[in-house]
Amino acid sequence: MIRVAGRVARKDLLIEWRSRVLLWQVVPFGAMALLLAGLALGPTRAGSSGAGPGLYYLVMVLVTLLAAQRSAQVERGAGTRASVATLGLDPAGVFLGKALALCVELWAIGLVLGAGTVLFLHTALRAALVASPSIAATLAALAAAGTLYGALTTGDGSAATLLPVLALPGFSPLLIAGERSFSAAAAGGATGSWWVITLVALVVYLAAGVVLYGVLEDA
Amino acid sequence: MTPVVALRDAVVVAGGFPLLAGVTLEIAPGTGTLLVGANGAGKTSLLRLLGGLERLAAGEGSVLGLDLRRADRRDLRRRVGWLGHDGSFYDDLSARENLRFAADALGRPRELVDAALERVGLTPRAATPTRRLSAGQRRRLALAWLVVRRAELWLLDEPYAALDEDGRALLDELLVDVVASGGTVVASAHDPVRSPAITATVRLAGGRVVP
Repeated sequence: MIRVAGRVARKDLLIEWRSRVLLWQVVPFGAMALLLAGLALGPTRAGSSGAGPGLYYLVMVLVTLLAAQRSAQVERGAGTRASVATLGLDPAGVFLGKALALCVELWAIGLVLGAGTVLFLHTALRAALVASPSIAATLAALAAAGTLYGALTTGDGSAATLLPVLALPGFSPLLIAGERSFSAAAAGGATGSWWVITLVALVVYLAAGVVLYGVLEDA
Repeated sequence: MTPVVALRDAVVVAGGFPLLAGVTLEIAPGTGTLLVGANGAGKTSLLRLLGGLERLAAGEGSVLGLDLRRADRRDLRRRVGWLGHDGSFYDDLSARENLRFAADALGRPRELVDAALERVGLTPRAATPTRRLSAGQRRRLALAWLVVRRAELWLLDEPYAALDEDGRALLDELLVDVVASGGTVVASAHDPVRSPAITATVRLAGGRVVP
């Protein structure tokens, strides 16, 4: 399972490296969304309202939707699905590999958009640095959830538009826990208690993916 | 000799519509069988059933000794080679990278990849992203994928489509090798195909075998 996960993760990251879809489409979308949020709040309120962490996570959730859809789309071609199915890869390993690749991509995008939050929304750099471990864990959980929901929409082209409707309710506990944790760091408080929700969600989504991914692929 | 494929009144259903409406068929090992029929006759559905890509809804069947009703379909998929009539690869990866992914997944040595590319005449395009290959070159890459696989049962959906004269000759040569080494080939085509590897023709219409 671990070997399959490594191969699938490497393949997905290589595909992203070749296509640059996230770099040229998703990152600019996230940066523009943050910039617009800053403009909507106005320069004074953007700095003083403490809205930075919440807006950061809202944009990251939208970015996760796009990245998860892209990750699922790579496997969607009818011929590709049949050929890859006959390789007999362990579905749990495929899930873990795709989630790992998506996690690495979200970490990279999260780093860029974190800098954008400091720049456009005037969130303190120290707060972003203190919150960075919890951000990394939240993005890992979003990657696991996004991969699982992406598999739900792999089979049928028309189901792809269902991804946001299915995934957003699943993302909401992570959005809340991540925002609380980041806000606590910005206010100089402890981020500890919110970690529990993030870590529980990460474990639940990973376990669900390992068990269900093969069933969803075949459905 | 135990047949590689044994179907009795096999039915495959999708969305309430019968794709196969009671197919009875036996295929012996080390043979080449051609499925012919018009569009919608059930050729692709039959190939997909044999590859464990469709469920048997009714009837009985076994492929490579695995009972289609009881066996885990993944066990069957691992033992077949599939060539579909639409793209079979990751478009953003090169021809070589696609084959390496398949070789690694199957536990085959990577040296086979370059040998397979050489055999199908794709060595000069090995580093080209698959999306930039022509339809015929993609077909040749699909054949290289099968060469790397070395499956017991080759399931080929319209394998001659998009191939030029050299490509057809190459495919015939490959199929002769497969059959000679004890492998079994089941291929589909709209019209009868002359190939030294094809030893039997099965005509399908309306999801059934017809005389």
